[in-house]
Amino acid sequence: MVGAGIAGCVTAYQLARQGRSVLLIERGESAGSKNLSGGVLYTRGIQQVFPEFLDEAPVERRITRNYVSFLNAGSSVAIDYKDSRLADPVNAVAVLRVKLDAWLAGRCEEAGVLIMPGVRVDRVLTQDGAAGKRVVGVQAGDDELRAHVVVAADGVNSFIAKEVGLRKQEPLNHLAVGVKSVVSLPRDTIEARFNLTGDEGAAVAVVGDCTEGVGGGGFIYTNTDSLSVGIVVRLDDLTAKQKVVTDIFDHFLEHRFIAPYLKGGELAEYGCHLVAEGGMEMIGEITMDGMLVVGDAAGLTLNTGLTVRGMDLAVASAVAAAEGIGSALDRGDTSKAGLAGYRERFFASYAGQDMKTYARAPAFLELERMYKHYGEFFADVLYGTFNLDARPRRHLLKVARKALKHSPLKTRQLVSDGIAGARAL
Amino acid sequence: MKPLSIPERLAKNRFKLDEQESHIEVNQEIARATGTGKAIVACCPAHVYAEEPDGTISVEYAACLECGTCLAVAAPGALKWHYPRGGFGVQFREG
Repeated sequence: MVGAGIAGCVTAYQLARQGRSVLLIERGESAGSKNLSGGVLYTRGIQQVFPEFLDEAPVERRITRNYVSFLNAGSSVAIDYKDSRLADPVNAVAVLRVKLDAWLAGRCEEAGVLIMPGVRVDRVLTQDGAAGKRVVGVQAGDDELRAHVVVAADGVNSFIAKEVGLRKQEPLNHLAVGVKSVVSLPRDTIEARFNLTGDEGAAVAVVGDCTEGVGGGGFIYTNTDSLSVGIVVRLDDLTAKQKVVTDIFDHFLEHRFIAPYLKGGELAEYGCHLVAEGGMEMIGEITMDGMLVVGDAAGLTLNTGLTVRGMDLAVASAVAAAEGIGSALDRGDTSKAGLAGYRERFFASYAGQDMKTYARAPAFLELERMYKHYGEFFADVLYGTFNLDARPRRHLLKVARKALKHSPLKTRQLVSDGIAGARAL
Repeated sequence: MKPLSIPERLAKNRFKLDEQESHIEVNQEIARATGTGKAIVACCPAHVYAEEPDGTISVEYAACLECGTCLAVAAPGALKWHYPRGGFGVQFREG
């Protein structure tokens, strides 16, 4: 197993529980030290692997409030969805990966996984076989480590998946950069600011002026006594508009509707992460003779505009991979054909089906007008409704028509985007 | 929250510096000819890259947060970028 993130740890754990001999190699000082997420983890999948997860794993807060907003320079239009049903049973939690992954690695060790931290895998070892190249192990420094199956769980940059041709250089519209600060604040301040009780948490997602119109969005997730605050911007749009990513992040942090959440906070950590945004289109071959890829390394992320998922897909791919590897090992066939059960199981799972269901979401979310014009249009309609300026009121439809006239949006775009959005999301 | 410069933000992180080996190398000619130089300066959240007055791109590899964004936007041949050696580089405490 190359990489001790969620995908690597869960695959390793499941295989160890089958009684397999598993080596987990991690380039960080310890499991988790290179890992970073937004991060909201949808928990049902990981609870199936670890039934004790919610009681024992270091999770921050249970997300019971989802606040999704179009943020303009001087206005904001939001859906504020709170629901106690999201707390029981728990649906999603905020996590900080260094703590979470250390816990997962601990579980792996208890199950018999041998963890080798502080070691970078330099390349895979291959052997020419009848059907072309077969992966037979990895090289790390002077060490050659051989295995029946190598699992690439080495994240979105997966150098080893690229080396063997399972992943190629992605087009820039399939990638985004996430920049995040963890900002310390007292517990009760967080609960007061986000209207939370106890270990309830909020996930704030915004599009629009927060990224200065660049495709992407901003987020604030509540941890126990800190906030994870960040932006994610698509690389094709960032480079085309020649914006400086840190300027966009500063603009977000200083926005008049964002800054009050952070007031008085102390920066605890500053990090960033490359994000796969291509959805289904990014997923190519995920198996070959002697090797398979899981999690971010396989391009498994899903942005539906409302939910942003990666970690739960990592869990699902890991569970499918461990089953696929298990049956391949039982049959003594770890060729691509022997490992094919991984792909079948993954796409039969809820996570794999979701990848297909939301296959059109990335293209929809690339629409330029999502990041500027819609937010302004919605605010104009509401302004026309709430701003009682001593002139006679007009019906909402007329107000909307007038707002549309002043917007670069066209009626036919509203209709076609509405239909496309309903289909894609 | 008090606005902090990028170096001030990075100072909050823990890094284990590999003093013997840089994990980043820019091919100055290709970087200049392809526009990769300007692109990596703009897209790096840690300000690892800077354009010098003579147009070359300098590299502060010790600041790297290892996201790989620069490699994603770089033209072929303009940038050699791999992970630091095992145990070196940024060591997150929160994530």
